[in-house]
Amino acid sequence: MLGQILSRLATAVPSVIGVVIVTFMLTRLLPGDPAAYFAGLAATPQAIAEIRGKLGLDKSLPEQFIVYVGDLLSGNLGTSLSTGQPVVTEIATRLPASAELTLVALIVSAGIAIPLGVLAAVKQGSWIDHLCRVVTTAGVSLPVFFTGLLFAYVFYYLLQIAPAPTGRLDIFVSPPTHITGFYLIDSALTGNGEAFWGSLRQLALPASAMAIFSLAPLARMTRGSMLSVLGSDFIRTARASGLAPRTVVFTYAFRNAVLPVITTLGMVFSFLLGANVLVETVFAWPGIGLYAVNALITSDYAPVQGFVLTMAVLYITLNLIIDVVYGLVDPRVRLDT
Amino acid sequence: MSAAPALAVEDLCVEFRTRSGVVKVLDQVGFSIAKGETVALVGESGSGKSVTAFAVMGILDAAGRVTSGTAMFGGSDLLALPERELAELRGRELSMIFQNPRTALNPIRRVGEQIADVLVRHGGATRAKAPALAIEMLKKVRIPDPERRAKAYPFELSGGMCQRVMIAIAIACRPSLLIADEPTTGLDVTTQAVIMDLIAELAREIGTATLFITHDLTLAAEYCDRIIVMHAGHVVESAPSATLFSAARHPYSARLLAATPGESGALASLASIPGSLPDLRRADLPSCRYSERCERRLDACAEPLPRTAVGEAHIVACRNPL
Amino acid sequence: MLPLLRHARYVLSENPVTAFAFGLFAMFLLAAILGPLIAPFDPLATNTSLALKPPSAAHWFGTDQLGRDIFSRVLVATRIDLTIAFASVILAFLLGAVSGVAAGYFGGWSDRIVGRLADTIMAFPLFVLAMGIVAALGNTVTNIVIATAIINFPLYARVARAEANIRRDVGFVEAARLSGNGEARVLFGHILPNIMPIMMVQMSLTMGYAILNAAGLSFIGLGVRPPAPEWGIMVAEGANFIQSGEWWIALFPGATLMLAVFCFNLLGDGLRDIIDPRKRT
Repeated sequence: MLGQILSRLATAVPSVIGVVIVTFMLTRLLPGDPAAYFAGLAATPQAIAEIRGKLGLDKSLPEQFIVYVGDLLSGNLGTSLSTGQPVVTEIATRLPASAELTLVALIVSAGIAIPLGVLAAVKQGSWIDHLCRVVTTAGVSLPVFFTGLLFAYVFYYLLQIAPAPTGRLDIFVSPPTHITGFYLIDSALTGNGEAFWGSLRQLALPASAMAIFSLAPLARMTRGSMLSVLGSDFIRTARASGLAPRTVVFTYAFRNAVLPVITTLGMVFSFLLGANVLVETVFAWPGIGLYAVNALITSDYAPVQGFVLTMAVLYITLNLIIDVVYGLVDPRVRLDT
Repeated sequence: MSAAPALAVEDLCVEFRTRSGVVKVLDQVGFSIAKGETVALVGESGSGKSVTAFAVMGILDAAGRVTSGTAMFGGSDLLALPERELAELRGRELSMIFQNPRTALNPIRRVGEQIADVLVRHGGATRAKAPALAIEMLKKVRIPDPERRAKAYPFELSGGMCQRVMIAIAIACRPSLLIADEPTTGLDVTTQAVIMDLIAELAREIGTATLFITHDLTLAAEYCDRIIVMHAGHVVESAPSATLFSAARHPYSARLLAATPGESGALASLASIPGSLPDLRRADLPSCRYSERCERRLDACAEPLPRTAVGEAHIVACRNPL
Repeated sequence: MLPLLRHARYVLSENPVTAFAFGLFAMFLLAAILGPLIAPFDPLATNTSLALKPPSAAHWFGTDQLGRDIFSRVLVATRIDLTIAFASVILAFLLGAVSGVAAGYFGGWSDRIVGRLADTIMAFPLFVLAMGIVAALGNTVTNIVIATAIINFPLYARVARAEANIRRDVGFVEAARLSGNGEARVLFGHILPNIMPIMMVQMSLTMGYAILNAAGLSFIGLGVRPPAPEWGIMVAEGANFIQSGEWWIALFPGATLMLAVFCFNLLGDGLRDIIDPRKRT
């Protein structure tokens, strides 16, 4: 088991190297003078020269790369110009906000998409199948920032049942004691009902907007994979053995059908992490996406670079977890490695 | 033979809805199997052998529909039973062995568990006792080292081993009718004989009637008391094995026999059957679906298909039999 | 070609949804070509006395905070949005088809390089990578096109690679090679044309995503810059007024954007049915 996880880890190494090279290249691709970029718009020539020296931009590219990798290994992602804080600290403080939003969105999305896809396949041609089809086609067509705005308008402005679409918690509610940084978990752990309810209410709209966007690929894959499994030989065997419909659908069909769905989660995470940036912008959510967008506007490059790198590493890690989970569900993979 | 048969199928018609129209896959199929009897259902691929079995079992694909007929089994009509009651019978009273055993087993469930599932569902075994019973079943189908094999997944077993597991699942509850749909397809030749012997032996042991579906007449003759020949969704002839081999009356059966390499027959004497199965989507299907391939066709062949008894348990559906 | 057309007509008559998508597509195309000519108002003309007016007979989609006519702006924006999407998809196709076909055909090191490149791109959440690329290359429309093309590149390369690999040893390719055609001619004269249909399907399937991606980038302030009319920016501008109830500023460009993406997604599915009937869902 451990050996299997280690060998999966090894397969992620080339991806991580690729990501580090690409993020390095992105900085050096800056048109004009990277030092000027890093120094910001209002920098004096001296400041630029100082930055050039500090960033090591007067050295050769291979040397610069070594310095860059060394910085990364020591956890140094540079310093934000607008806040003056080290990028790594800011990202670490803001990451739980983004992670909580993304995970809640994923849970909501999977919680709706998978049952919907299963039902659509089991009752092929019924109204629920048609609903599934509409949802999958319409879902991928929704610009997530637009759905977010629409939700804010309808539920906050018109119906007034949602809190103001700004931030993780109403300003009059104090955040829960910091344990994991996830407000829902922290408030549950400390028994802080007010903070739990408050953060759940704040999460509802942005998480729903993201969930709707990622619903489509999951539902589509669940339906398709369930349909193909239901048509397979071993399901006929199970039916011919008189097994109860529940056993046939869940123990036999669903456990097989869920395998490609797990693989699809990789793509869903790519969607979600991207959508995260847009939703955080709409809902003023204090995560790393909003941090990067604010830095982009002020041409503060170090945070953007740190953000891209963090997201990529996060994404690689998620894919790794998906791989391991897949291996746990499918016995055929275990022996292959 | 005076007792009620194990299975009596009458006037079975099945249609499939496809993109390019309705296919009349089975037309007035009728046959019966006595208790403990072993009967073969033979024909080319596409003749409707498997569909007949699926219809009787009530496991047709969603596109298929039984449009008429009865299948009497133990006093009830399988085709009229509600799904819930039919599911009670399946796996307990009537069970089925499929072709391609490697795909016919759940790929991500241990084979022992798959046998246990059936035992728990029908055999009255508890979840706790079922694993031990499953190992007993594996022993019964002569799988070596059954304790270890019970924990194996289908992909870890050979095709022959998988088929033994299938057999164990099928006979776990001692059914009174066993349908074996080309059980040796996809297995190598030596394994084929072993599997066939195993099925025959176990069927005899528990006294189950067997419907053996195959396209191999030699195999059918070797293991079965009686042979039913199907062509394009019609039963064209039904006769004791020896009779069919010595005196087939339907032109199609005769052609099929000529196309079978006998023990003495050299490959050179193999005759092929002219033409192919008619397109079953056609609106103007002739009443005898073989007539367009038949060299003995008469004008009378356009009239409804007869069903003539021409000897002891020998029935032929032809206006101009040999 | 003729059987394909007949098949297309059959599919369209069988599938009114695809026919509807084709109609919608024609409308968007018309709007992109004629937009600036038929817009009732100058999309850039401000008029503060008319600011923030809800939809009316004169201003169908209302006016924004500067009194500009939103209908005209949405209409005129069609051209820039579709151009970005088309350009990026075509660029992704060119990059992906050439490298993918070469990888699939020659195998070996070219296959490894292309594969590694595609894997590296796929190791990023795609929208995030696009952000990084635009930030690095500079905040221009061209760079939006390049970034969108790069993140779509792996899809095309993979499809092209798989198709070329299958066809490498097929009869007609073998025949072309034996009759003395150079590798390049076999590649571009015989293999590429044969994978065109499947690549076309891929292109129409990714069009919707390309529009979404470009609009998303401009929503966070990358690419097209105000006051130029573009759907993503217009939604971003309207976002500031949602909490005070001026819904129309964001709604109309957002809904149009949604409709365009929806149209291309339907079109992609429909085109797949026409070209590759086996993969019908």
